[in-house]
Amino acid sequence: LTEPRTLAPPERRVATVSGVERLGAYDLITALDRFGPSDPRPGQFYMLAAAREWGGGGDERPYLPRAFSYARARVESDGVALSFLLEAVGPGTERLSELGPEEGLALVGPLGVGFRPPAGETRPLLVGGGIGVAPLLCWQEELAARPPAAAAPADAPPAVLLGFRSAAHAQAAALFGPGPQVVTDDGSVGREALVTELLAAELDDDSDATVYACGPPQMLEAVRALCAERDVPAQLAMESGMACGFGACFGCVVPTRNGYVRLCVDGPVMDAADLETALVAGVGH
Amino acid sequence: LNDRSVEFCGVRLRGPILNGSGTFDAIAARRAFGDALLERFPFDAFVSKTITLEPRQGNPPPRLWETPAGLINSIGLPNKGLTGFLESDLPELAGLPVSLVVSVMGFSRDELATLVAAAGEPDEVAMLELNVSCPNVETGLVMGADPVETARAVERVRPETEKPLIVKLTPNAADPAAVAAGAQDAGADAVSLVNTLKGMALDPETRRPWLGGRTGGVSGPAIRAIALEQVAAVASRVEIPVIGMGGIASGRHAADFLAAGASAVAVGTESFRDPAAGRRIAAELADLSLTGESLQPASPRV
Repeated sequence: LTEPRTLAPPERRVATVSGVERLGAYDLITALDRFGPSDPRPGQFYMLAAAREWGGGGDERPYLPRAFSYARARVESDGVALSFLLEAVGPGTERLSELGPEEGLALVGPLGVGFRPPAGETRPLLVGGGIGVAPLLCWQEELAARPPAAAAPADAPPAVLLGFRSAAHAQAAALFGPGPQVVTDDGSVGREALVTELLAAELDDDSDATVYACGPPQMLEAVRALCAERDVPAQLAMESGMACGFGACFGCVVPTRNGYVRLCVDGPVMDAADLETALVAGVGH
Repeated sequence: LNDRSVEFCGVRLRGPILNGSGTFDAIAARRAFGDALLERFPFDAFVSKTITLEPRQGNPPPRLWETPAGLINSIGLPNKGLTGFLESDLPELAGLPVSLVVSVMGFSRDELATLVAAAGEPDEVAMLELNVSCPNVETGLVMGADPVETARAVERVRPETEKPLIVKLTPNAADPAAVAAGAQDAGADAVSLVNTLKGMALDPETRRPWLGGRTGGVSGPAIRAIALEQVAAVASRVEIPVIGMGGIASGRHAADFLAAGASAVAVGTESFRDPAAGRRIAAELADLSLTGESLQPASPRV
């Protein structure tokens, strides 16, 4: 089997926070993982919790760990530095965003299956919305580093299209360097547009592409429908509420043409052709 | 000194820590963790997810809601059905390094009997657990909520297997100890408790039920005190062994349930937070025993 899945150690471990970078509405938190694999696959995720004081926040939560695709993995002499993009929107993300250097980040992972290479000679088109830009960052780096023979065309970096709610959120685009096209809901950065408008324009130019998308459910559904209409292969990194992340709880199912599948073990990257919709009840709430 | 093994219903287990049915999928976990899962398997016996006669897709999402120190789930028993289980899951589960307990649920006594007979047949299956937390379609009653219904179900299936039969009790009964006594009198070899407590959550925006199945079952530390009382009440009422569970997250909690009368304990929701929770709890329990702390309840501290 060639599915892009690096195995996780079968226990929770504690990584040490090495840096927290404020990026407008987001935090990029980096932690040194000494006991996990150094080669997670872009699109895979980790279950995260603060090693201490996880609980007793708003509504006497959090209790369960929270799932995050990793944004970056850098091999260092004593482990791998994993970076996660987060936005404090609830008791779990609020606690995670309070973590500072030298504090413990409990994690299990990498989990799930990541992005698969582009179909045939097609060019990769990366489409991100909001916090969903995270897994596209490491995927862009990996695609850019491919040997020229594998990249098509050889001299063009993968096209990256990003959409954000506001200028504060759009600061995350800086992680991608000068390359990406950026739009916002309010026009404060780039045009006032949806990222799917950029995608439609790119496909108008050249539809010989494989689309990689991650973002809110409405965006993923628009990408899915557009790619289905134009017969363009697409891989969607989806989200669903998870308790465990490794197939134990059966809580994170999404509907597919073959029935419900657990996003944590059969995803989170799904082939858009397997979906009738990318909208899942309760997701993106 | 390192022998943690226990004899449970005539079956030698390497220790007293099981998983709660439906809280760990060893097949999916092996996909995530590889062979390291088998080398460091978290439990001393493995209890399967509940199987039904026919395949089930389970409930529509959303299926989960986090509560203070716990979780409400509304999963709906998705499974491959009896034939799918025997053909595709059992061969994989037979490769686990521990004894296998198969959990079954029927929507009638005859259906339950069919499941017990078929799932009890393979040599790889050491014990059976009856999930009676479901409505009997003939009577409309939840089997496990009523001592007489439970006894009738156990009587019907008892002749179908010689293997140990564990009855999984629901806490959503007026008198779980009476249900346990009914199960014992009808021929059950052991009881396990608690299953989840019925609960619900509302969508904060619409004020309508959040879960696709409308209601669900509450688990985790939030229910531990309730579970401990029910385990103590059941253990003082029956002679057969008791498997205690409900929010166990440490060796101290496991010791409490054993002191309350359980012969073994199960870990459920804590495994969602750490797949190795069963091993950690086993080690903590062994440390408590080795350091001379008896398995008596700690004095209440105020």
